Amino acid sequence: MRSEPKSLFDGALDDEFLTRDQARALADRVLAFAKADETRVNISTGWAGNTRFAGNEITTSGGTTDTSITVTSTIGRRRASSETNILDDASLRRTVEFAESLARLSPENPELVPELGAQDYAAVSSYFESTAGLDPEKRAVAAKAAIDAAEAAGRSAGSIFVAGFLQANAGANAVATSRGLFAYHRTSSANLGITARTPDGTGSGWSSAGARDWGVVDAAALGRTAAQKAAASRNPKAIEPGLYTVVLEPAAVSDIIGGLFFTFNARANDEGRGTFSKPGGGTKLGEKIADERVTIYSDPADPQLLAQPFAQDGTPVRRVTFIENGILKEFSYDRFWAQKQGKTPTGAGGGFGGGGGGGGGGFGGGGGQKIVGGTKSVDELIASTKRGILVTHFFYIRPLDQRTVMLTGLTRDGTFLIENGKITQALKNFRWNESPLFLLNKIDEIGKAEPVGAGQVMPSIKARDFNFSSLSDAV
Amino acid sequence: MPFNRRDFLKTSAAATALVIADPKCALAAGRPPARWSETEADELMAAALSAARSAGASYADVRIGRYRRQSIGTRERQITGVSDSESYGMGVRTIVNGAWGFAATSQMTTDGVVKVARDAARLSRAAGTVQKRKIELAPTPVVNGNWQTPVKRDPLDVPIEDKVALLFAANDAALKVPGIRFVNSGLQLLREIKMYANSEGTQTTQTFIRVGPSFTATAIGNGGFQQYGEELAPRGQGWEYVESLNMPGNAAKWASLAVEKLGARSVEPGRYDLIITPENLWLTIHESIGHPTELDRALGYEANFAGTSFIAPPEAQIGKLKYGKPLMNIQGDRTQEGSLARCAWDDEGVAADSWLLIDKGIFRDYQTTREQAGTIKALTGVSKSHGCSFADSWDSVQFQRMPNVSLMPGEQNISMNDIIAATDRGIVIKNRGSWSIDHQRYNFQFSGQAYYEVRGGKITGMLKDVAYQSTTPVFWNSMDMIGGKDSYWLGGSFGDGKGQPAQSNSVSHGCPPARFRQVNVVNTGREA
Repeated sequence: MRSEPKSLFDGALDDEFLTRDQARALADRVLAFAKADETRVNISTGWAGNTRFAGNEITTSGGTTDTSITVTSTIGRRRASSETNILDDASLRRTVEFAESLARLSPENPELVPELGAQDYAAVSSYFESTAGLDPEKRAVAAKAAIDAAEAAGRSAGSIFVAGFLQANAGANAVATSRGLFAYHRTSSANLGITARTPDGTGSGWSSAGARDWGVVDAAALGRTAAQKAAASRNPKAIEPGLYTVVLEPAAVSDIIGGLFFTFNARANDEGRGTFSKPGGGTKLGEKIADERVTIYSDPADPQLLAQPFAQDGTPVRRVTFIENGILKEFSYDRFWAQKQGKTPTGAGGGFGGGGGGGGGGFGGGGGQKIVGGTKSVDELIASTKRGILVTHFFYIRPLDQRTVMLTGLTRDGTFLIENGKITQALKNFRWNESPLFLLNKIDEIGKAEPVGAGQVMPSIKARDFNFSSLSDAV
Repeated sequence: MPFNRRDFLKTSAAATALVIADPKCALAAGRPPARWSETEADELMAAALSAARSAGASYADVRIGRYRRQSIGTRERQITGVSDSESYGMGVRTIVNGAWGFAATSQMTTDGVVKVARDAARLSRAAGTVQKRKIELAPTPVVNGNWQTPVKRDPLDVPIEDKVALLFAANDAALKVPGIRFVNSGLQLLREIKMYANSEGTQTTQTFIRVGPSFTATAIGNGGFQQYGEELAPRGQGWEYVESLNMPGNAAKWASLAVEKLGARSVEPGRYDLIITPENLWLTIHESIGHPTELDRALGYEANFAGTSFIAPPEAQIGKLKYGKPLMNIQGDRTQEGSLARCAWDDEGVAADSWLLIDKGIFRDYQTTREQAGTIKALTGVSKSHGCSFADSWDSVQFQRMPNVSLMPGEQNISMNDIIAATDRGIVIKNRGSWSIDHQRYNFQFSGQAYYEVRGGKITGMLKDVAYQSTTPVFWNSMDMIGGKDSYWLGGSFGDGKGQPAQSNSVSHGCPPARFRQVNVVNTGREA
């Protein structure tokens, strides 16, 4: 239904987004107004639809379409950008002229690199009709399926309270330069998250799935899991904070490891202010920084990641292996720093990949995040644990110390005591102070990896001595 | 103000947005506006409202938003980014058969807005298939008016080179401090023109102007590095506020704190009396009072994302919960001069309000919208909305957002120095560092940018690696001393996230310095 967008120039855009040809035509119109030495046009075009529910009914829902352009003008070594979503000729001309006037007034940037000409990109197909066609009625049906399944699965705990959010995006990003580069990538993503709470207020469970292809998401199954966790997490017991073995579900691993991707920036490390900078100079590249079972990479063409294969400036996003078998292998490089250090730019900071347009998707950049998994299920990791804590997911993670990537955060929506290979007791939530780097050095086992969202694949992890620092009364 | 909307549009700064763009006017200082006219906007809003009614809506409102955002980032003597964006479009919200729908478009033609109004009604109908109760809105007077943030100088009219020169002057001053290797500074600027109309006859136009400066210095030495970020509060003010901060004149003082941190002693974990400056306390108020007093959280609407609230259910809490000692008075407000949440009306046309959330330590009321007010009116005696409905863009649906939530100063004229002098063993916490709080707003852990040890009523040295961890009711009930009105300071956040899809809200929090007894302090500096 959304595969053949109408022409931008036939009048109203309807609820569609620009095709490759339309995006190219729009970019050409913009570039025709340009008088700067170099000009780049970024286009973000797309649709977003969402349905939100709480108290077992839909509370709000929305649909948005938008197309915006960003003009980046370069005059000598001066560069600046201007963005608009008003696409008539007068506005496009005005936006180009404004970017050029901003550039003229900006100081020279000694680190400026020229715009790119035509590039080769990995072929990535990340657009799915199943997601693009997720209209209000289909979303309402999915919400009802999740709510009904949760109500049934949580009946032992009484009238379960169900809240959740379903969002779908479909759109495209394009980049064009006055040096002849044109790239276009269309993508889709969908995500459904469910929270179930027991009527006595003592139990809460959560479940979520995200994918480029809505067809792989099972709304009812998510509702069931959330409700089962809620019922099982009632009447949690307080245990003394301290160091515990943990089994982290893939969502929890994603939450805590996410902060690590920011540390792989080459420049910060080379300049002595990065996590992997060595006192006195140099970096830890080539050194063992994690358990030898740990491999972390970013790759837009990975079939489980399917991320946008170009960065905002048109740089091809290539596969970057940050950690391989525990060894710090590669950093991410922007074009300036790559040139200075004699490296190939990565185009990837480890981001999630473009989430599509819809007025907010924009350029995700990066080639996704993947931690290579093992073979065991979460249940098998639990079965091999004498005493430990199962964590469903984390909340409100914030950095405490950039040098060690020390983070603080809380557990949420299903924290359980494991004894002799079995879940024996719901636990009160904890605050923790822990570093993902320390965690990757305290691994007992890595479980199966699975997609936790569009452009993100994470395994479950069993690790020792996770530092729970205080108790939280929050349910 | 008793002047009408048409006069406002002709005479205000917003009127510049009504001329047809002339390329010759393409000054960097003032981006020439897109073609737009008041008549056109009125006609589009009327067309959308009419289409919504024809599509079966018993209630509808429309918002046209024109957003202009500019940001400038610098490091040392380089610009890391200059960007300027505008966004323009319309959002339509409908009630059909008692259910909400919302749709938005940037296609600002009659066809475009009629279609989006019909889309909203379609979304209402789809929502109605999974809905139990019917939406009821608290009554509010019909209004017709205009308002804008009072400024001496619109920051978007200041030439870009003047802004860069100011930041570079601050960076230069900081780099002259021995030990300083890196400096980052920046400006975030917003002008938002919002036109609103609803099917009850209310029609308003408001222009909001906000500025957010930033400054961070990094010192390298002693085998490591330390950063110090000055707390430069974002405000709903003009360029005159940025100038009043004197960033070039103060940068060396701020940077020297990063150098001083290199030699600071790592804190010994334990319980201390904390003397929290307003530059840190505003965020603790935001997280541990601002969010849990949101009624949508208490009712479970945010359960799947931001979380719920420990102040629930309302019938068990209103007039009963002892949040703190009698010296604690917390005000919800949208009228304070210079504050980020200041407005004349919210996105439901409800007039700006000012009310007590916590009165002499007792919890009294929540933050509400028209949809929510009725659910607690029997408990509070308040049948109107407190005017807390906002959307962060034309393409976002309005929902309950935080007003300014502030700790009122004490009646006695107590200063920061008075509090230090009255404390035997404590730590002064200054500026915003790291912050984290659980999903019901009980357990929190906050840090700052600079910490000072207090012994025998005097500051005896600098500490590092400090974070304080507590539980909301315990923490606020431990507050035993607060500063007077001369020590009151207004902090705030340009972007507070909530909702799904996530929206950003600008909000201020004022407070005096305050002392909290025997709070748990943890050491965050564990080495790898």
